[in-house]
Amino acid sequence: MTKIRVLLSRLAGLLRKGNLEPDIDEELDFHLQMEIAENLRQGMPPDEARSAALRRFGGVARVKETYRETHSLPVFQVLWQDLRYGLRMLRRSPGFSLLAILCLTLGIGSNAAVFSWIEGILLRPFPMVAHQDRMMAIAGWNRDVPGDPDVSWPDFQDFEKNCTLFDAFIVDRITGVTLAIGDRSEVARSSIVSANYFDALGVRPILGRGFEPSENIGRNAHPLTVISYQLWQSRYKSDPNIIGKTQMLNGMPHTIIGVAPEGFYGTFVGWAMEFWVPLSMQEKFDPSGYKLEDRGERWIEGFVRLKPGVTLEQAQAEISAVAKRLEAAYPKTNRGCGVNLFPLWRTPFNNARTLFPTLGIALAVVVSVLLIACANVGNLLLVRAFGRRHEMTIRLAVGAGRSRLLKQLLTEGMILATIAAAGGFLMAYWCRNLFVLLLPARDGQRMNLPGEIDWRVLALSTGVCVIATLLFGLVPAVQTSKIDLTSALKAEAGGVVGGGRRRGLVRSGLVLVQVALSFVLLVGAGLLLQSLRGIQNISPGFSTMTLTTNVDVKVAGYDRQRSNNFQDALIDRLQALGGVESAAIQRTTPFGYRSYSSAPIAVEGYETAPDQQLIVDYNEVGPAYLATMGIPLVSGREFTRADNETAQPVAVVNDVMAALYWRGRDPVGSRLQVKGKWLQVVGVARVSKYERLMETPKPFFFVPVRQNSVGLGLVIRTSLPPAVMAKALAREVKALDENLAPGEVITMQEQVDRTTAVQRTAVMMLAVFGGLALVLAAIGLYGVMSYTVSQSTRELGLRMALGADAGNLVRLIMSNGLALTVAGVVAGTAAALGLTRLMGTLLYKVSPRDPAVFGSACLVMIIAASAACFLPAWRATRTDPVRALRE
Amino acid sequence: MTKDKTDILHGSLALMVLRTLDTLGPQHGWGIARRIEQISGDALELNQGSLYPALLRLQQMGWITSKWGASDNNRRARFYAITRAGKKQLAAEAANWERIAGILSRFANPARESS
Repeated sequence: MTKIRVLLSRLAGLLRKGNLEPDIDEELDFHLQMEIAENLRQGMPPDEARSAALRRFGGVARVKETYRETHSLPVFQVLWQDLRYGLRMLRRSPGFSLLAILCLTLGIGSNAAVFSWIEGILLRPFPMVAHQDRMMAIAGWNRDVPGDPDVSWPDFQDFEKNCTLFDAFIVDRITGVTLAIGDRSEVARSSIVSANYFDALGVRPILGRGFEPSENIGRNAHPLTVISYQLWQSRYKSDPNIIGKTQMLNGMPHTIIGVAPEGFYGTFVGWAMEFWVPLSMQEKFDPSGYKLEDRGERWIEGFVRLKPGVTLEQAQAEISAVAKRLEAAYPKTNRGCGVNLFPLWRTPFNNARTLFPTLGIALAVVVSVLLIACANVGNLLLVRAFGRRHEMTIRLAVGAGRSRLLKQLLTEGMILATIAAAGGFLMAYWCRNLFVLLLPARDGQRMNLPGEIDWRVLALSTGVCVIATLLFGLVPAVQTSKIDLTSALKAEAGGVVGGGRRRGLVRSGLVLVQVALSFVLLVGAGLLLQSLRGIQNISPGFSTMTLTTNVDVKVAGYDRQRSNNFQDALIDRLQALGGVESAAIQRTTPFGYRSYSSAPIAVEGYETAPDQQLIVDYNEVGPAYLATMGIPLVSGREFTRADNETAQPVAVVNDVMAALYWRGRDPVGSRLQVKGKWLQVVGVARVSKYERLMETPKPFFFVPVRQNSVGLGLVIRTSLPPAVMAKALAREVKALDENLAPGEVITMQEQVDRTTAVQRTAVMMLAVFGGLALVLAAIGLYGVMSYTVSQSTRELGLRMALGADAGNLVRLIMSNGLALTVAGVVAGTAAALGLTRLMGTLLYKVSPRDPAVFGSACLVMIIAASAACFLPAWRATRTDPVRALRE
Repeated sequence: MTKDKTDILHGSLALMVLRTLDTLGPQHGWGIARRIEQISGDALELNQGSLYPALLRLQQMGWITSKWGASDNNRRARFYAITRAGKKQLAAEAANWERIAGILSRFANPARESS
């Protein structure tokens, strides 16, 4: 109780310290006067009366000091003193302070920004969703098919029924709705979701309601939709009476039953959803047909939420057991199939997985940049501490404790770090949504990849900041604590260039670290650039000058017959245009997000093992497709208008498939069974790339779009530029049907480039930060070299007086700097050899130890280092020997 | 040397100050110092200066208060007065001191005890 009281009164004393001084002065003065008067009364002479009084009193200054210390809290007082002193020191050298703060702001800010990206994209991508930590992605696997196939609805329901460790099973399949706006059509991202979607996620629509369980059931029975907040605002002008109104979606009026809350973008990392429709509407939104009752149709992407306390392993074990039972019960569809659960950051079907390596690299890069920045600031502080050696020595000599000096230096570091952290957090706040700019837009739309700055990000960034402060703040502190009083008080002379290397050891070490780290970044950038170049040199096997686009006829509610007629008419009109060589229909655009059709097949004359099932991807294409795409025909013919609904079913296989299943015989004339239907093989096409440039040649075949489904995609071989073609196309489409509009018109090259976005993003990031690191390292080197030169004027003067010419001096100083650089490069090489192996998946046909890359990184480093050293060296030659020696 | 002295004084100085203020009523610093020296019969060589931090500490404890007033010779001086909590503390400290003094004197003069 008393203690608290004392503390409080001391704290109060801290605040009203200002008026304490005159009080105590007056009180002590009064005391002395009284004592002197008393002494005088006893008959002492005035002089003696005064000195006796003082003697009796003890040291006035010391009493005051004790009094002051008692009056407030010394710890705070010291801190306050240090703070003011530190601020004054920083103000006195604004250039230094600015540079240091800038370095640190960049370091801390880029770290905080990347943390917020990782938090918002990988770890907690759905901020409005309750219990994200218990949410897992669910995807299938198939023994015979690589990758992560989807799950069928009957299987999904069986999992839900038979598993006990799960709170909820949520279907969330991304789909697109084409909305015509002017003469361009735009894709609005939408999701087919199970009826429990909004309830299970804990997201309450702000208007209307979510879906009800009955709305899962019945083929196309519930044309209802919940719309996003942004759509409600932009397209419906925040209409408060929106509920109950209808919106045409894929040619069918849908009743709007709810508006999702602001900030809810659905549960697909990368794209913001605008409509949600219930599961029963699957057929309307999936161009490949009705799938709700077929266990073999795997199309569902989704999430599960585990019950509290259930681990991923337990859940996986339970669901795998159920999958095993399903495999036994339905061998025809489920043989060799199962499901996997993934934490959100490893979700296979959205952009979490594709962005993971890029974000990993981003993290490594910004941590290196922070380290380099710390080393740089440490070096700056050190150089300054050397300048202040005299001040420090005097403070030590007059009795300041060494710990007090350390405290002072750390306080200065803390001031720098605090300002830099404030700037860094601001920078992170501005940059939190910038990640998306590194990725290309699609259909004129940017992806939706907001960063998330929550308490975890803030805590982590603060932690980083504290560690950084200790890192760079302690360097000069350690150095200072080694000051030897006697030798330091003597006028300091001595050179640094020639002998006396030990003193510069810490500084050189810091530069070495910087050089090594930026070398690692350079190597990383070089490797990625090399592999990107390798990827871009791969021929896709088709003409990349071909234009591609789509015309979604579902918007107008076309049936099959009408859409076939429309497509024929459109192709005719396009081919009649000047400058158009040919045009063709395709269902799936190569290198697109939409996946190809895939089916179990049988080949006439090819015996499969009893347990083996051949599953091959295929595309539905129109007449003259191969010619339009520039895919060479090896033998036979491609499709013509005659391959229609009434004609004999046919197929064109690629040469890889021919070699694999016909073993050298010409497949033309033999038969192929797809989904139980026999097709006549009429041609063989040269293999091309279908989904990614890096893929290995794989079997693939084409079937006529007329005999299978409705095509949406269009490829056009033309000499016209895309913008011109887009206008012409819009005109032709409008002429056929006022309600239709084509999508974005791009070259196949552009389409292909979008799939290498991840690699390009990584290259760009490493190049930018690698460059930054190089500049920082060069500044560090420059700082150390110029300091060294400025400290050794006397030595340099002596050398000159003894006959050294400018060339000798330049050589001497350059060799000092370059020796440091080479040491840094050697350390960097060792580190890079260990680290680049982690880039595995991003590298294509480039060895992580590619000598050319290491060599050029080394060259760049040496050039930068030479530039950084040259200026100080040149300045050294300007030393005036007479003056240097006289000083 | 100063260290031992202040250490001893720390505890006892509080007692002396409190007793002085209790007996004489409000006093300024110099008056307290004089009184302590008188009572101790000038046997106690007090560093008068060390009185002031002690006075501040006693205030922080809430045992004494201070306010500015006029001295006998009409100069501005700070007067200290004992509080109710101070009186309680004085009683407790005096009793404690007597107990300790009693014990110590028995150690100092064992002969008197046995006789």
